[in-house]
Amino acid sequence: MNSVRKSKYSMVWTIVLSIVSVLYIMPIILVLINSFKRKAYISREPFSLPNADTYAGFSNYVSGAEKIGIVSAFINSVIVTVGSVILIILCCSMCAWYITRVKSVFSKIMFYLCVFSMIVPFQMVMFTLSKVSDTLHLTNPIAIVVVYLGFGAGLSVFMFCGFAKSIPLEIEEAAMIDGCNPIQTYFQVVMPILKPTCISVAILQAMWIWNDYLLPSLILDKTKYKTIPIAIQYLKGGYGSVDMGAMMAMLIVAVVPIIIFYLICQKYIIEGVVAGAVKG
Amino acid sequence: MNGKVLKKYFPLFALPTFLAFLIGFVVPFVMGIYLAFCKFTTVSDAKFVGLQNFRDIFNDPEFIHALWYTALFTVVTVITINFFGFAIAMLLTKGIRGTNIFRTVFFMPNLIGGIVLGYIWQLIINGVLALFGLTLTFSEVYGFWGMVVLMNWQQIGYVMIIYIAGIQNVPGELLEAARIDGATNSQVLRKVILPMVMPSITICTFLTLTNSFKLFDQNLALTNGAPSNKSELLALNIFNTFYGRTGYEGIGQAKAVVFFLIVGIIATIQLVLTNRKEVQQ
Repeated sequence: MNSVRKSKYSMVWTIVLSIVSVLYIMPIILVLINSFKRKAYISREPFSLPNADTYAGFSNYVSGAEKIGIVSAFINSVIVTVGSVILIILCCSMCAWYITRVKSVFSKIMFYLCVFSMIVPFQMVMFTLSKVSDTLHLTNPIAIVVVYLGFGAGLSVFMFCGFAKSIPLEIEEAAMIDGCNPIQTYFQVVMPILKPTCISVAILQAMWIWNDYLLPSLILDKTKYKTIPIAIQYLKGGYGSVDMGAMMAMLIVAVVPIIIFYLICQKYIIEGVVAGAVKG
Repeated sequence: MNGKVLKKYFPLFALPTFLAFLIGFVVPFVMGIYLAFCKFTTVSDAKFVGLQNFRDIFNDPEFIHALWYTALFTVVTVITINFFGFAIAMLLTKGIRGTNIFRTVFFMPNLIGGIVLGYIWQLIINGVLALFGLTLTFSEVYGFWGMVVLMNWQQIGYVMIIYIAGIQNVPGELLEAARIDGATNSQVLRKVILPMVMPSITICTFLTLTNSFKLFDQNLALTNGAPSNKSELLALNIFNTFYGRTGYEGIGQAKAVVFFLIVGIIATIQLVLTNRKEVQQ
């Protein structure tokens, strides 16, 4: 009796949540539908399906891709994100291990500066950071990884420190006694233990860097290099009229890789977010 | 002993991060603090003017407006996001059929970047408003609620994930004991579940609070301040002060310092207050 009631109750919620879920992905579906309409019809009737008059085929995709160079923007985004994440993982985990094992004034200062940097909003350093990176010529997609390492170090070092502290000292000492130097100890003992944290940090930083607009738009030489968010914003242009067709098509191009990546790595992404939130 | 050996390896282990941290954070931060007290157009022509910039800020009606607009926006989004996120998390921990699919769907918008989100919602909100012959540029009220809906869409999934983890950590015996003692559903929620997930509530409030307060990309893409900078949040106001007109860089930097102080104070108060309420496990 009780279980019958319970399953009925559960069915009702399944139906309700199914409806909500469909509404939840509606915005993306709408953009997808509109990306196949002629641009003049998009603002006028955004909620209707394309018909014989309004159907535009893939022309929006072609014109959008040409206007903003979406292919090179995609490549730039990949270079910046992958490069920065690898550098952050490697350098910050090494630094965090150093900080937790070497008790010195430097370690203390570095740790508290990292914690402090987490609450500083980007606007605080945006002007000066862009001047510093100009002076140091960090204005291309490869050199900008240094800026991301610097600005992302706070959270990453803090997260790695939390986990590095819990590694038993005996394991490291055993490795040292067996003749490992610190480099070998780090790569063969510490790094494997830190692997779950590496994944969490990598996911959090990748989400941030891939979607970041303001930092690269101020630092990169925009006449030569665009990332995807910069390219999308560029489509809006300085003047009033926006090519809505190209905009819709490029929004889909920007969203689809993320959704595919999410569906493949969902487990890691969700674990990473939980771990990051609990520690951060 | 371990530490002593490692110390010799400072240049390899700690120096790269430290140098990048100097370039990416410490130097710009210190320069930023100094420049807030200067009049300048580039870093090299800075002239010290004392507190003048800070006096100018509070005579700037747009900044004061942005401050209140942001405060109200933050309050509304923190409440709505956490309420809906928690409610969905409660439903998704009851073993309803399809839980995994729902979780996947609700979390998805979180991965989409702010600029892209802004333009997706611009289409929809302008589409709805067009039915009444309006657009987002008519009033800052539309921009406000547009951003509230957008932030809810983006962040509900995020806090939901954290709440699910928190609710699943509540020991089953505790819930059973409460039921045997005759507690009703709402009593179980208020007296057992809520206190037990207090750490998650702390985290989620803190995250949504700072996310809303520092919101920039979504604001830029959705309204860009229209009409006439009335729908500017603080971050966008600071950006426009810097890059919108020359000669106001010092004021922009001073605004950024005020912004930083507010974020810092909120973060500290929030952590102190909610830490007290947490149940020791």
